[in-house]
Amino acid sequence: MALPSHASTLEKVWHKSYLVICGLIFLFLIAPILIVIPLSFNAEPYFTFTEKMLSFDPTGYSTRWYDLLLTFGMDQPENTRDSSWWADVWANAAWVNAAKNSVIIGFFSTLLATVLGTLAALGLSRPEMPFRRAIMAVLISPMIVPIIITATGLFFFYSMTGLANSYVGVVMAHATLGIPFVIITVTATLVGFDHSLTRAAANLGATPTTTFFKITMPLILPGVISGALFAFVTSFDEVVVVLFVAAHDQQTIPRQMWNGIREQISPAILSVATILVIISILLLTTVEILRRRSERLRGVSPQ
Amino acid sequence: MSDAPADMSLMSPAQDAGRLTTKDGRPLKAALAAAEAQAKRKAFFLVLPLFLFVLITFVAPIGQLLHRSINNPGFTTHTDISSGTKTPIMVNIRDWFDANPAGTPPDEAAYEALAKDLVVLRELKAPGIVGTRINYERSGSRSLFTKTARKAAKLEPPYTEALLDIDEDWGDPQLWSVMRGASSAYTLNFYLAALDLTRDETGEIVSVNENRQVYVKLFTRTLVLSLLITFVCFVLAYPVAHLLATLPLRYSNLLMIFVLLPFWTSLLVRTTSWMVLLQSQGVVNDALVATGTIADDSRIQMMYNQTGTIIAMTHILLPFMILPLYSVMRPINPSYVRAARSLGATSWTAFRRIYFPQTIPGIGAGALLVFILAVGYYITPALVGGADGQLISNLIAFHMTKSLNWSLAAALAALLLGGVLVLYWLYDRLVGIDNLKLG
Amino acid sequence: MKRTLILTTALTSFAFAANAAEVTVMSWGGAYTKSQVEAYHKPFTAETGIAVNSVDSDNPATPIKAQVEAGNVTVDVADVEFSDAVRLCDEGLLEEIDASILPDAPDGTSAADDFIEGALQDCAVANIVWSTVYAYNTANVDGTPTTIGDFFDTDKFPGKRGLRKSAKATLEMALMADGVPAGEVYDVLETDEGVDRAFAKLDSIKDDIVWWEAGAQPPQLLADGEVSMSTAYNGRIFNAAVAEGQPLEVVWDGQILDFDLFVIPKGAPNKEEALEFIKFSTDTQRLADQASWISYGPARKSSGALVGKYSDGETDMAPHMPTAEANLGNALVNNFEFWVDQDAELNERFNAWLAQ
Repeated sequence: MALPSHASTLEKVWHKSYLVICGLIFLFLIAPILIVIPLSFNAEPYFTFTEKMLSFDPTGYSTRWYDLLLTFGMDQPENTRDSSWWADVWANAAWVNAAKNSVIIGFFSTLLATVLGTLAALGLSRPEMPFRRAIMAVLISPMIVPIIITATGLFFFYSMTGLANSYVGVVMAHATLGIPFVIITVTATLVGFDHSLTRAAANLGATPTTTFFKITMPLILPGVISGALFAFVTSFDEVVVVLFVAAHDQQTIPRQMWNGIREQISPAILSVATILVIISILLLTTVEILRRRSERLRGVSPQ
Repeated sequence: MSDAPADMSLMSPAQDAGRLTTKDGRPLKAALAAAEAQAKRKAFFLVLPLFLFVLITFVAPIGQLLHRSINNPGFTTHTDISSGTKTPIMVNIRDWFDANPAGTPPDEAAYEALAKDLVVLRELKAPGIVGTRINYERSGSRSLFTKTARKAAKLEPPYTEALLDIDEDWGDPQLWSVMRGASSAYTLNFYLAALDLTRDETGEIVSVNENRQVYVKLFTRTLVLSLLITFVCFVLAYPVAHLLATLPLRYSNLLMIFVLLPFWTSLLVRTTSWMVLLQSQGVVNDALVATGTIADDSRIQMMYNQTGTIIAMTHILLPFMILPLYSVMRPINPSYVRAARSLGATSWTAFRRIYFPQTIPGIGAGALLVFILAVGYYITPALVGGADGQLISNLIAFHMTKSLNWSLAAALAALLLGGVLVLYWLYDRLVGIDNLKLG
Repeated sequence: MKRTLILTTALTSFAFAANAAEVTVMSWGGAYTKSQVEAYHKPFTAETGIAVNSVDSDNPATPIKAQVEAGNVTVDVADVEFSDAVRLCDEGLLEEIDASILPDAPDGTSAADDFIEGALQDCAVANIVWSTVYAYNTANVDGTPTTIGDFFDTDKFPGKRGLRKSAKATLEMALMADGVPAGEVYDVLETDEGVDRAFAKLDSIKDDIVWWEAGAQPPQLLADGEVSMSTAYNGRIFNAAVAEGQPLEVVWDGQILDFDLFVIPKGAPNKEEALEFIKFSTDTQRLADQASWISYGPARKSSGALVGKYSDGETDMAPHMPTAEANLGNALVNNFEFWVDQDAELNERFNAWLAQ
């Protein structure tokens, strides 16, 4: 991208300003995400940098909002912090319960989405698949249809079928929302898939099951895992369906955040946000590593 | 995937030239067809479980939503909440409507039928529900029904005078027109309402009173804001995608984190961050005051209005524009631009005539995706939009959870869904869903 | 396979773990819910062993109506406003509550005589008297607003205004600010011209309004400086000012008094426990206890004498009650009959106005 040495002054100026503009846009992208991290350590209940924070005075910082995540909703938050205090946290703290629900719902909806989605992607990537395009369009549509419409439909449907206010209902809904991601990522890994490998395995006497687990699976695994991660994040981040069809005992982290943001936007929200940002950094890293591994395995060199 | 072609490998080498057969003597054509059919079935059965699952958890609910938008039994059937028994209501007045054509002015028989029905309503505790149903189409009717039903048991003939005595609104032809329409559970009136239209006393379709027009305005605002956001995303995404596409991979992979991290971060986290940044005592305003750009008492209102919605949504949707642009720009061969330059084109001309046209598929893909996602946005406008930054999704949510006019919510949702599906179809035709890439 | 089995079992056991006796109570969130948790929920669980799930909503009347109509009720007890209680009862969406099951006052007065007039309805039992007032942040307002008119006067008192995103109370306040005496507000509001007049008054400050929905928002908006004045539920302001030391001041002129009542939605999963909860929570002592957590007046006459100081042990509650003599100067009592009939229609007009 470096300019050739014969570039005119105008071009040099333009190039410089172009880089500055790009820098500003990157700042626009990343700053809002990083800003919550220092603010979550604010000792004061404000959402802005206090003077003490700006002068790096340690008394301007505190972990009180992280502590609040544990104590909020507890029966006896003032007790000494022994094992029974922690038991109280585990049983009653609102954010801890929300986290439990998020993990349970996220896990099962991911499992469901990944198993069904991977099977379907295997079918869809076969050239013989009838109505391939139309079926693909239906299966991807949960990602495209506005979430409020899906949630409204589910509200009526679940009320009628008795699935409302149950874990099963939320898990099924979240699985549906995660499925497009699994299909997209798995079909993407299957694009470069060399079908002669499975034929060779069959020729050598492997049963279809053996072929699947020994040949196909290892090759598409990176795609399956990143699809699963996408599905998990989708569920982990979803609030509208939970708002419409879940009862109070299926409150998830985003649902709890929604309450918090609408009512009393305390910096405790920012400490949750910080934790979520760290989780997304970890997930992003995993997906990147998987993507590179997949490219290497399939012999597709990057670009 | 594996055993279908296995059959073929058993083909006998000794076949006569005219009729190819497999080793066991079947004609090759039939064997091929059978193998193909089997492969088809196999592929189909792999997809089937998911297809059924999506049918149940997605297609069926949306079907039910569409049914809701044309069906509202509020004026025809009463469902008892504890026992679930369904009782037909307003039967007398329905008989009268059936016997008399539309436009017939209500006579004594009509008022008598109405009075009888109101007594039944009172016993069922249903006047509020029936009144609410009529109120959807004629404002002021809910109180009319509840008030009159309270006195219905004591009414005496002639019913015309008795009812008009309670409220002269009972003589309003428009009310009778609405009741006639509602006496059938199936109606398209909720779609009319969703387009700010109504029927007058003769059944003609007319615009609703100006101070009640909301929905067309909201649809327009949703379209305009989505277009604006798509455009801003494009303007911001283009230089960044270009930079990423032209840098050596080891740098661009690193910079890509700036794009992917927001993409992976929770929507609520990003919305919260913008609230923190934009509120009038927030970081941005504080910084502006501290640097002396604005005075402390003239802080800029950037949240709880359209500005907040636009900024936050642009940020959230930007990666959806950058990624498709990047994947189109990366493979563009820089030698074309260089060739143009060496042939005397200025850098602007080279960009405009050579580089830009090659990126149009990426622009189309990104713009459509961003636009589709933007028209359906709910969370962000709900939190930072205030009164004038609300989109059509927020209104659907309002009718679902606050006003409880579910049929209208369903009709609005159906209209939005129709629009999105058209765009989705367009996306599939122009870009292909298979080309949707993530990360 | 075995692992999946364990996981499925874990999931189902999670879903059906709620076998122990419990009752789900829906209230208004923030400081108000906290006062109920302290005064009702905790002692109730301690005495009966029935666990109380506390759920919050901006206005519990709408979710319970949606739940009953959709046929999936999860809430056992809801805390709603007067007109909503009557309206939902009229529509057959609530269980009837026999007032004779309620405990007598300590001196033996029957519950029917002990509750203030109107506090006992067919389907509802009142717990508190609260009011919609407006409050301001002394740090952000120059001068001292004293009348409801000052709230609508952005020339005299510049700054943003917080208002509840709902027709109820907002329209009445607009009329009072426009010079309608409290006693005539509902007569004026019954006419189309009156409604137009209220909206015209709101129009005059429309660009300066920040709308709130949850009761916990106004003290937050005021403390953060997002608005300089806001309408609010009086108890929320009291808590922010006294418990958190925020510089907030209530203006009582033009306050609108209302009841909050407990109701049981039809089809509540734990109806028996719900009745137990209401019986327990609305006795003389509990109602008085709540007043030591938030400045709302108890709905029983016999509780009045037991109300003393705020839970900090210093602040006298009496002058902060909406029913205190000094605060009733230009007070309006919410006309529930008006809102029972007009709520749907006026909110429809209100929303169209908002979108314009």
